[in-house]
Amino acid sequence: MGQSTASQRNKAVSLKSLVNSVPFSVALYLAVISSIIWSAYAGAQAMGYNWQWYRIPKYFYSLTDDGFQWGEISIGLVKTLQLSGTAFVFATILGLVIALLRLSGLIIGKATAIGFLEFVRNMPILVLLYLFYYVLGPVFGLDRYTASILCLAVFHAALISEIFRAGIESVARGQWEAASSIGMSTGQAYRYIVLPQSIKFMLPPLTGEVVHLVKSSAIVSVIAVAELTTIGRNIISDTYMSFEIWFTIAAVYMVITLILSVGVSVLEKKYAVQN
Amino acid sequence: MSARDEMITVSNVDKFYGNFQALSEVSLSVSQGERVVICGPSGSGKSTLIRCMNGLEFHSSGSIIVDGISVEEGSKQLKTLRQEVGMVFQQFNLFPHLTILENLTIGPIQVRKIAKAEAERLARQYLERVHIPEQADKYPAQLSGGQQQRVAIARSLCMETRIMLFDEPTSALDPEMINEVLDVMVELADTGITMVCVTHEMGFARKVADTMVFMEAGRIVEVAEPEKFFTNPESERCKLFLGQILEH
Repeated sequence: MGQSTASQRNKAVSLKSLVNSVPFSVALYLAVISSIIWSAYAGAQAMGYNWQWYRIPKYFYSLTDDGFQWGEISIGLVKTLQLSGTAFVFATILGLVIALLRLSGLIIGKATAIGFLEFVRNMPILVLLYLFYYVLGPVFGLDRYTASILCLAVFHAALISEIFRAGIESVARGQWEAASSIGMSTGQAYRYIVLPQSIKFMLPPLTGEVVHLVKSSAIVSVIAVAELTTIGRNIISDTYMSFEIWFTIAAVYMVITLILSVGVSVLEKKYAVQN
Repeated sequence: MSARDEMITVSNVDKFYGNFQALSEVSLSVSQGERVVICGPSGSGKSTLIRCMNGLEFHSSGSIIVDGISVEEGSKQLKTLRQEVGMVFQQFNLFPHLTILENLTIGPIQVRKIAKAEAERLARQYLERVHIPEQADKYPAQLSGGQQQRVAIARSLCMETRIMLFDEPTSALDPEMINEVLDVMVELADTGITMVCVTHEMGFARKVADTMVFMEAGRIVEVAEPEKFFTNPESERCKLFLGQILEH
């Protein structure tokens, strides 16, 4: 009995180590990927789809007699980065303000923060965008680009404020006491003691939020801001290459978000070493 | 002793946490340079009392006056008060993201607005005094508990405080590290700084205390000179307590 369970365990272990061995894993991975690609191709083939990948590169850049020129997708990519970058800066500032209000101990501050949070968090981002563009836009004279930035900033500020709040609350209470026992004001304690320590708690969820923001920036294509997704749609309506273009656009989004994730994990390591 | 200036005057202080009364009619005065040791069973309000002395918590009624400043919630003088009064915590509470030197200089630089070079000179001087000058560039996590607590003492001293409060400074330490911290505290007592110390280290108390205070259930039960306190305490409860902690 004892022997048979031991040999079963040995079998299980050897099966696991076989599956985990490098050649096997690589082969399995390639098999999965190629079957996905094959099924996409097979589906397209069945529809009689005419693949035209050779037409894609010129949407990134072109070399003509006039010299080097950026293509539409590259221009859209820059716009997406600008949009997400600006929105993220505003979202971070607003998120920090909301988190501090929430933690301020003032009833009015807390009520404002919770009201904002619940209002924004319980609304689809599409509705929020329409609110900014069709309601606040005419009232305050916002163009579509500004309305988009504000919508993304407000939506993500709500989520970021919760990340900040959790990060700040994970710093031990003794740190506050030590800071005030050497005469620091609340502001000084935040700036020199609490916020620097909470960064390591905030970085991982904040990365997720940046990635989320870049992806949700695609929503502004519904009000025709000329970013990546809108550009993709425009190219398709001109060329009918929906498969190639959507695969390409998806790949571009993935490259941006992967770069962001890798960058932040380097930062995380740096902070981990410091503590 | 009564001829000297009063540094801390606690009169008729009550403190409630909801319905629970942590301090009842506590009155105590500490003169300049006096070294007071407060002891008593856990939950007797010792920590609460000294935390009220620098406004980490606030009393519900009565008054606490420290170096001429009334300790009250929202008082503008609280910041001034805390610069005068240093506090050493049971759990050290060093700033883990700063080096030892930065732990010591951040208060002087940001609160007392001293130049960085001067603050560092001061910090190194106090590190010398707690016998760990060689640890200046390390981070708190790299130090032993005893070393961390000595850094915490130096951090308070760097604020050039006139009063030091100790909240069970050796209770979280491994036994072999207790003495290195107590030695530093004894040396500190010799400098003439006013000290209020919550501790169960009766050897230390015997050596440095001018006044012993025994608390139980939020009340001060006995105040006496160490000689009398240890040999012939008045209250039965105090006798029992001393019997229990001195026996072994």
